[in-house]
Amino acid sequence: MAAVQDSAVAVGAGAKARPAAQGRLAAIWTKHGAGYMFLLPWLVGFFALTLGPAVASFYLSFTNFDLIRSAEWVGTANYVRIATADPKFAASLKVTIVYVVLSVPFKLAFALLVAILLNRGIKGLTFYRAIFYLPSLLGGSVAIAVLWRQLFAGDGLVNSLLAQFGIEGPSWISHPDYSIWTLVVLSVWQFGSPMIIFLAGLRQIPTDMYEAASLDGASKFRQFYKITLPLLTPVIFFNAVVQTIEAFKAFTPAFIISGGTGGPINSTLFYTLYLYQEAFGNFRMGYASALAWILVLIIGLFTAFSFLTSRYWVHYDD
Amino acid sequence: MTDATISTVTAPPPATISGRSPLSSTLIHAALIAASIAMLYPLLWMVSASVRPEDEIFSSTSLWPSSVDFASYVRGWFGLDVSFGRFTWNSLVIAVLTVIGNVIACSLAAYAFARLRFAGRNFWFAIMLGTMMIPYHVTLIPQYVLFLDLGWVNTILPLVVPKFLASDAFFIFLMVQFFRGIPRELDEAAMMDGCGAWRIYWKIMLPLSLPVLATAAIFSFIWTWDDFFGPLIYLNDMNTYTIQLGLRTFVDSSSTSDWGGLFAMSTLSLVPVFFFFLFFQRLLIEGIATTGMKR
Repeated sequence: MAAVQDSAVAVGAGAKARPAAQGRLAAIWTKHGAGYMFLLPWLVGFFALTLGPAVASFYLSFTNFDLIRSAEWVGTANYVRIATADPKFAASLKVTIVYVVLSVPFKLAFALLVAILLNRGIKGLTFYRAIFYLPSLLGGSVAIAVLWRQLFAGDGLVNSLLAQFGIEGPSWISHPDYSIWTLVVLSVWQFGSPMIIFLAGLRQIPTDMYEAASLDGASKFRQFYKITLPLLTPVIFFNAVVQTIEAFKAFTPAFIISGGTGGPINSTLFYTLYLYQEAFGNFRMGYASALAWILVLIIGLFTAFSFLTSRYWVHYDD
Repeated sequence: MTDATISTVTAPPPATISGRSPLSSTLIHAALIAASIAMLYPLLWMVSASVRPEDEIFSSTSLWPSSVDFASYVRGWFGLDVSFGRFTWNSLVIAVLTVIGNVIACSLAAYAFARLRFAGRNFWFAIMLGTMMIPYHVTLIPQYVLFLDLGWVNTILPLVVPKFLASDAFFIFLMVQFFRGIPRELDEAAMMDGCGAWRIYWKIMLPLSLPVLATAAIFSFIWTWDDFFGPLIYLNDMNTYTIQLGLRTFVDSSSTSDWGGLFAMSTLSLVPVFFFFLFFQRLLIEGIATTGMKR
């Protein structure tokens, strides 16, 4: 197709006997210009809003920029402080990792379990699927975080329910040992979107594999362990990576439930919340930029690690 | 294909292939129904709390209010210095402009990536995919400084203008996937007839891509409507607040004793999202299943 177009241009140029250079420019434009015209908004956005700011942020991370005075170069001081002398950084990293380690496996296990139940040809599949998906759609909003704050308050709904069984629950959100769990429960409650991806993956597994296996007398458990799980590993891997990155970036629930403090005693101080406090509460913009790059480093290391280990457990057909 | 036909015609339905008794089917339904109730209970409880008389909110765990009373909605609506009508309007303006920006800018870029040939296409495509991986925290602070210098803080511009520059690379990716599935013969035939890239984009690609454009539009709307971080950073004047910022102010203000009003406004803020869930569920679920969307 491109060849047809090119020769048409060449013929046109020749007929009008334009100077060769101008003809070549016109040909280059016909060939590449349209692509760049369509790409223009994105290109502008990429340079002005992504690449430029990313470079600037890297520079700022070596300064003491505070939005008022002009930035002064401080070398690696920000990074040194992060690594050695910032207990809040250590606390926020710990909280975030605990949150990732607790919420992602539970969420994925739930999503997989429900997807397998739904995939057994039961009636009302679309109905159940819709109900289980609804929390994923609503869960990111402030309204749900507000609701959670009430549910797990000392006089909240959860404790009212527990009271009916004669159990007196603590104030979950204001107890440093339990507060992170309220956020984990909120995350697991939103298992709907990985569930849908699991369902789509399960549909890809040919049913004749199970037929053959059951003819050979393989038990249900064995079929799951030997057929379903291996064939589903690419989907599990995908969901695990996506959900982990999302969990590292979580912000709104912790902000709303702790009233922006990350308390009690930093027990819900997500990394992103600490970054926000430093940048927009204390206006330590240079320091917050360094925190942002550490986050990139952590997510990047995690992703690289996942991809490197994936070849030992993720099963690909070809 | 023939295998599937044979097995559906001759073999018993899949349910019995795996040798499942009616009992275990009942058990599965029981488990799924129990799980559904447990998942929906907090939501329904909030909606029911929003129409309860004030003194009954905390005392009851049941979902049926003893009497229905919309006083909480009135109190909540006017619960802050600026009414929730204003917040709702602000949210709506930002969300609608975001939808327009995303659909236009992302479809332009997606068309270039999916159909046009130009030097550096694969390079830029890889860069575009790369931008999807970068956490926005890295660009946050310089972007803020830029918008502050432009005098855009406390306006909707920092939230809307980037969308017209296709800043949501995810939607480009979604559209590229869809555009690639449209038969090439269509645009090749149009090109033979002398149509340029613009006409092909406008007259062929866009009309054939309504499902993916709708999916992108709906997700844009929902994510923008729910967005908390962007407005938190850029909108500090209460008159410019979105509904999410309004809720946050409500929950943090001294009037937090008014849980009724808070639940009423929370319920209200979920209505548009619920509407899309009700009427466009299929598009949303297919969108997630095919692209593995994050939320």
